[in-house]
Amino acid sequence: MRLLIIEDDTETATFLVKALKESGHTAEWAADGVSGLELAREGAFDVLLVDRMLPELDGLSVIQTLRKEGNQTPVLVLSALGEVDDRVRGLKAGGDDYLTKPYAYAELLARVEALSRRSVPGEQQTRLVVGDLVLDRLSHAVARGGEPITLQPREYRLLEYLMKHAGQVVTRTMLLENVWDYHFDPQTNVIDVHVSRLRSKIDKAFEKPLIHTVRGAGYVVRESE
Amino acid sequence: MSAFGLSAAGVAVYFILTAALLAGLVWQLNRVFVADVMETLSAEMRTLTAIENTAEPGAMERTVAGIARQTNKRLYFLSASDGRKLAGNLAEFPPELAAGGAGGLFTYAFEKGPQAGERNAAGISVSLAGGGKLVVARDIEDQRRFVASIRLLALAAFALIAIGGLGLGILASRTALRRVESISDATRRIMAGEFSGRLPLQGSGDEFDRLSNSVNEMLVRIEDLMHGLKEVSDNIAHDLKTPLNRLRQRAEASLRSAGTADELRAGLGDTIEAADEIIKTFNALLLIARLEAGAVEETKTAIALAPVLADAAELYEPVAEEAGIRLFMGEICNVTLSANRHLIGQAVVNLIDNAIKYGRQSEPETTSGRARRDDRESRIELSLCLEHGRAIITVADNGPGISASDRKRAMERFVRLDKSRSLPGTGLGLSLVAAVARLHGGELRLEDNEPGLRAVLILPV
Repeated sequence: MRLLIIEDDTETATFLVKALKESGHTAEWAADGVSGLELAREGAFDVLLVDRMLPELDGLSVIQTLRKEGNQTPVLVLSALGEVDDRVRGLKAGGDDYLTKPYAYAELLARVEALSRRSVPGEQQTRLVVGDLVLDRLSHAVARGGEPITLQPREYRLLEYLMKHAGQVVTRTMLLENVWDYHFDPQTNVIDVHVSRLRSKIDKAFEKPLIHTVRGAGYVVRESE
Repeated sequence: MSAFGLSAAGVAVYFILTAALLAGLVWQLNRVFVADVMETLSAEMRTLTAIENTAEPGAMERTVAGIARQTNKRLYFLSASDGRKLAGNLAEFPPELAAGGAGGLFTYAFEKGPQAGERNAAGISVSLAGGGKLVVARDIEDQRRFVASIRLLALAAFALIAIGGLGLGILASRTALRRVESISDATRRIMAGEFSGRLPLQGSGDEFDRLSNSVNEMLVRIEDLMHGLKEVSDNIAHDLKTPLNRLRQRAEASLRSAGTADELRAGLGDTIEAADEIIKTFNALLLIARLEAGAVEETKTAIALAPVLADAAELYEPVAEEAGIRLFMGEICNVTLSANRHLIGQAVVNLIDNAIKYGRQSEPETTSGRARRDDRESRIELSLCLEHGRAIITVADNGPGISASDRKRAMERFVRLDKSRSLPGTGLGLSLVAAVARLHGGELRLEDNEPGLRAVLILPV
């Protein structure tokens, strides 16, 4: 993926460029809003990472300008402001996702990969398939190896989200936000229990597990180990 | 303009008006008297001149002499054409009176009796057809004296009013100034650091007392806030420094042991975990601070509470089950109110989280002698009802509960009743719930569930 980082802190930006490169992506860096906007207009980027507070032109204005010009590149807003209303403002301005500093790199990577439209083929499909696991989004039916599996509504939504992002790491926070619409971290790891319940229905009776835990990051649904 | 200047100006205007009123009164009184006298004189003059025109010569002289003899108050003077006095009780033609029917005031010398001396009179004079002059006048000395005494009275009254008004004004403004001074003294003392100081009250319930009362209430609130702030900074010092220290130690330890790459990796993992813990505490603190500043007003929308509770219960049900606790919904009413869904959700989640962590039955040593119930099943019941226009959200467990003396403290920031701190947590969970409640104009109450703890979140609808 080609990424553009618009971030005024050199250390943060250098770290991100290096880390994203190690994760197999290429990243460019702009240190202020104006040059960031210019770069974003020229280059074909898959995802933009935009800091909210930037010199010259603030991050939200950069996003608003791009959206007005018809540029629909997905944007991940990075901000030290983390309250619900800041989030709402960030998303209203045209941001696609919002990540509060300080963040874990794994969280950032997972969100960037989830944002890239190229890598999310699952969004429009009515049938999600991973290995022998099939989820029909019209009839809400789930089956593995032809055996129908009965899921609770929330379990269904959890699996749907995981399968939509099959092959991508999905963090606990992403699940909490997208499946439960909670924008805070509950104190205990409630997500893990939900995933393990889902696992017992999806994987237990089968030899090859499909839901994998990624240490220090989250979960991924994929066929291979 | 200062309060004193304003009242002084008011008093001055009052003085001027009073003086004008009194002067006007005296002047008008004088004018009425003189006009009355002049009218009588004109009538008399007409009668006398008529005598001269109709009767034989000498009749006028006799008439005037006759009347003049009978009275001291009525004054006459008749002269012949050569200016010689023919009759009358005035010694001479008053020089102040112009000839030709004009009237006016003059003074004359009165010789008889104890009232001898210069006296005032009002009179008119006419030139007679024969060339002589007739003056008809009245002694107005008594009226003069009366008006003069009125004038004196008016002056005295004015002086009294002026002195009294000025005195009262000075007294009033000095009292006010003294109050203002004592208030600003107290304010200065408070500013200088005596934060427990309050403005003095006289107990009279006047404007100053009311003002001081409001300011005192504000001072109480400010002191509470400052107290809270101080406590928070002390607690931050403690509760952030401890994990920061832990983080540092872990990093140092893994650096020092410098074992295999795997060991180093594990050490760094621990370090990141410790950092995350700090971030969590920090975020919770920030959120509470923002809630207390009331900065989330704009994000309130009309929400139904039942789904918020159902969502939270649904999220936590598996965790509770794993902990051997039955989490279930009790009585649920339909309540819709204006609130921030995320914050209410977070508050409910925090309460459930607490109930799961601390509401477990299987800790007999912490039940402080309370008889445990026969059924050992741990339960958490969620309910929602509407009472007197307030939504009552209840999260009740049957665990060890919190002793009455600790309940208030449990809601303070960073307070963790679990002394060993063996369970994870920031110590901010209940403070956050309380802050959310306050932001929505409600409150959080911790009650005895007999046994267990009942957390009651009250929100006005």
